[in-house]
Amino acid sequence: MLWIGITIMKVNRNRTFYYLKEGFSSIFAHSLMSFASVCIIAAFLIITGLFIMIAVNINATIGDLEAENVILAYVHDNQSENDARNLEPNILAVPNVSHVVFISREEAMESFIGRYGDTDRYRDLDPSTFRHRFAVYVYDVGYIVETQNALRYVQGIAAVNANPAIAGGLRTLRNIVSWISIVVIAVLLAISLFVMQNTIKLATFERREEIAIMKMVGATNAFIRWPFIVEGFILGLLGSLTAYIVTWSLYDVAARGVAEFAGFIRLVPISSNITVQVILLFVAVGFSVGVGGSGIALNRYLKV
Amino acid sequence: MIRMTDVFKEYANGTKALKGVTFELNAGEFAFLVGPSGSGKSTVIKLLIGEIAPSDGEVIVNGQDMDNIRMRKMPYLRRTIGCIFQDFRLIEYKSVYENVAFAMRVIGASSGDIRQRVPYVLELVGIEHKAKSKPAELSGGEQQRVAVARALVNNPKLIIADEPTGNLDPARSLEILLLLKKINELGTTVLVVTHEKPLVDQFSQRVIAIDGGRVVSDAMDRYYDYESE
Repeated sequence: MLWIGITIMKVNRNRTFYYLKEGFSSIFAHSLMSFASVCIIAAFLIITGLFIMIAVNINATIGDLEAENVILAYVHDNQSENDARNLEPNILAVPNVSHVVFISREEAMESFIGRYGDTDRYRDLDPSTFRHRFAVYVYDVGYIVETQNALRYVQGIAAVNANPAIAGGLRTLRNIVSWISIVVIAVLLAISLFVMQNTIKLATFERREEIAIMKMVGATNAFIRWPFIVEGFILGLLGSLTAYIVTWSLYDVAARGVAEFAGFIRLVPISSNITVQVILLFVAVGFSVGVGGSGIALNRYLKV
Repeated sequence: MIRMTDVFKEYANGTKALKGVTFELNAGEFAFLVGPSGSGKSTVIKLLIGEIAPSDGEVIVNGQDMDNIRMRKMPYLRRTIGCIFQDFRLIEYKSVYENVAFAMRVIGASSGDIRQRVPYVLELVGIEHKAKSKPAELSGGEQQRVAVARALVNNPKLIIADEPTGNLDPARSLEILLLLKKINELGTTVLVVTHEKPLVDQFSQRVIAIDGGRVVSDAMDRYYDYESE
């Protein structure tokens, strides 16, 4: 029994080694088609990747604009600065509030004067004219009206100022951009899959004679398929890694250019989570096209 | 070994390739299957190696009914048949050694067995000195020897050669047929499909003639001259 087990393991190991060796050597044996497959996979992933980065940046910019759309919660006149500051936990307890910044009367006045610039005109302005206030930042501007209403019920808060129209506009813009991005990325991925699948089909068609020979000498479908799957996996991986390197290099160049010539625009940094998501997407597409594509393309030649 | 009983084959486009073919080839026999182009020879070969199924009748190869064989069993049956074709059908990017070794790898032979058996078979067909060459570096005769070596390497019970000399000059053609005869003398059943009368005439062997999808002659040492009859 043990001997049979050892023999099976040995055969499987031999087979696995053979499949890997054949998959690798086949890439070099059909170097032109391999190169074409990697280029096609990489090219479409680069296009898709760059569009994803554009979409992510538009989304991030809208997000930044939304974040600047704060609610101002004014404290009652009769509250001292200490009492006013003590309201902070109550405001933070309101749903959808992400964080708050306390602005004292003096700070509010300085900000007011700074905004209008005419320091002489406002020289005698008394800080007591202003109220202590909180700049309230929210998680989701879509609920800005609800948050505004809830803040009104916080004891010690006299008035709440928000701009739901701008928030609504940004939200609509963000939704439109998100949907356009999803549709364009889906279309690009679909086109990529179609073109890549056809490239692999072509590569397999080139080797139909070889497959027929394998069938003729009694190879099982699995024996024929595995080296192709290994080959497809390697080509898919090479294509996706190439796309990843090129995409980030281009993005890095773009980020430097933007920083130099349009410093006010903030690009999403390369080190963020999006790189992990994009490389995972690339590898998933490369893998499914390489492995799935060659598996499907082989089917028609195996039915003999 | 081979038994075809009243076999009919009609293709999807309506072509009736075989119209009741019956013949039998016993273990250890050597036979030529002859006939003009379009007579049905290729259809017979396709039926024997399981590429197509008969429309009617019975095809038995190495004890297996080809009409009822399961697809997943087909590779195992093919391992008992050595095939040789006019166009050699070698894998271009593999060396002579690798082309022959490949047929052994398919059946799960160990590396040690492959290292022992492949040089022996290459020597048997007289191509051992070209073991490292690629098919494109060989002459037609040499390529066909490699194809014979590949067909032979797994010790098949039956060898089917479909126009094995079609791309060779007369001298090389004779060499290949002598090689197949030698293999037959070692115990392997051999069926050679050809339409080269002068070549068949040099061997005193059984000749099965097929014309118009029917067996028109099956006799020892007699080439059926379908053009004059």
